[in-house]
Amino acid sequence: MGALTEFLKGLRVTGATMVRTITGREMVTTEYPHEKREKPQRFHGRHVLNRYPDGMEKCIGCELCAGACPARCIYVRGADNDPEHPVSPGERYGYVYEINMLRCIFCGLCVEACPTEAITMTQLFEMSTTNREDGIFTRKELLMDREGNVPHMFPDDPLIDPGELATADGWVRATAPSGVAAYEGVKMWRDTAGPASWDPEPTQEERDARSEQPND
Amino acid sequence: MDWAAIGIVALRVVLVFVLLLSATVINVWAERKVVADMQSRLGPMRAGPWGILQTVADGLKLFFKESITPRKVELGMFLLAPFLAVIPAFLIFMMVPFGAPFTIGGEEVILQGADLNIGLLFILAMSSMAVYAVVLAGWSSGSKYPLLGGIRATAQAISYEAAMGLAMVAVVMYTATQGDGGTLSLTEIVARQEGTWLGFVPRWNVFPQIVAFVIFMMAIVAETNRAPFDLVEAEQEIVGGYHTEYSGMRFAMFFLAEYVNIFSMSAIAATLFLGGWHGPTFESSVPAFVSAVLPTVWFILKTYVIVFVFFWLRATLPRLRYDQLMTLGWKRLIPAALTWIMVSAVAMGVRQFGLPWVGS
Repeated sequence: MGALTEFLKGLRVTGATMVRTITGREMVTTEYPHEKREKPQRFHGRHVLNRYPDGMEKCIGCELCAGACPARCIYVRGADNDPEHPVSPGERYGYVYEINMLRCIFCGLCVEACPTEAITMTQLFEMSTTNREDGIFTRKELLMDREGNVPHMFPDDPLIDPGELATADGWVRATAPSGVAAYEGVKMWRDTAGPASWDPEPTQEERDARSEQPND
Repeated sequence: MDWAAIGIVALRVVLVFVLLLSATVINVWAERKVVADMQSRLGPMRAGPWGILQTVADGLKLFFKESITPRKVELGMFLLAPFLAVIPAFLIFMMVPFGAPFTIGGEEVILQGADLNIGLLFILAMSSMAVYAVVLAGWSSGSKYPLLGGIRATAQAISYEAAMGLAMVAVVMYTATQGDGGTLSLTEIVARQEGTWLGFVPRWNVFPQIVAFVIFMMAIVAETNRAPFDLVEAEQEIVGGYHTEYSGMRFAMFFLAEYVNIFSMSAIAATLFLGGWHGPTFESSVPAFVSAVLPTVWFILKTYVIVFVFFWLRATLPRLRYDQLMTLGWKRLIPAALTWIMVSAVAMGVRQFGLPWVGS
């Protein structure tokens, strides 16, 4: 009789699961391209090269990201800015910037290495290509335009969610001020993932006041 | 025999064929859906609404694929085996009455492929024939996994055929006490389950013959090589068992035979134990057409209850080990069936002739 009760117990498990599934109380499947699960806030997706709100590129061509990259998938070459028409606020800018997405392990060390928060990660992970060359992302693919929009690999796909490109990895905090007086006290970054809606940078007076206090 | 009668017979055969094929189309899809539900999944969703055309898509795919003939096969047997699987599967259902007989143009039409007076024997014979397909497919493939599957099929079929036959014997014995003499005709067995006990309990054989019903259910699951008795195909152990070397349409025929067998065997279980097409027809309150169709609806409902049990078992139980299978067959089911025959024979005898020590 022991076997019989075990048998009935098993039938009850599957039967109860079936009832739960049919009544919509339990379902592990999501119909992926139509219905996407919410990603973790700190999801490591593809990279983006950011700009300052005034349109300047954040990247200064320092190659620290390339040095930090354990997969050696980043290639950067800096070039001097033309003082009349600077591309970035610093002396140099990223003249060539390539990431080989086929090699990238999405560890995020480049993001940590970057002194200007120029490179950040988004939540976009769908970037399959049909040939290897398309796996190498250049400035054209990585750099956001002056309005802050990032080029999408498949702009015509009806199933994409372009918002994912504007949703940065949750721990990335833009820090660098633009250095333009007109932006003082103005929020200088886009709201990013999850709770990341930060106050504007403190003004110069506030900074001075803080620096007189002992270290916090 | 005039042409009208021949036409009706031909129509009946075509009807059975169409019924079985459409039931198979639904069953394959329904199985995947039911098993998916039991595992909190969606199941097929892409082909048609809720994936209902999945079987059609699969069938078309198999139809257009190449039927590979490996070099080492025994060609004649290899080509014959799929047909040997399909034909008995369809013939079994020919015996099953799937609706109340009705009169059209002065001719009485029975909704049944053929009403043989040895219906049950024919069913047993055909379900044994189906094993030949599996064994021959396994042997003629010239490959070891199919051979293992074929050997398993032999032993399994013999073991459970016996239990199935003995369960049927109990039903036949009981049916003999319900009317005028014994019968093996399924039409007659259904007819003798008409009416109710005490006004509300239907006179189905399942109530007096509950043990036979349980044994029969186990035996038909084993007989159709379904989980948890699917040692014959056992994907995890012997690839696909007997149909490993088959592809394309030849494989599709084995697949079809398996699902037709499930449906036929469930139909037989419904016929023998659940009263066949009997059920309330509400003749006074609904149009004549509806009450003529209702018996078929009841029959299909009962069949699907048992088909659902097949799916349920598959989603629930892990496969038996080979010795467990044999133990269950020979040491449990057959003795149980024999004991049940004895018990019910004594009970029927007492009911009919009184206790032997009480003088009649």
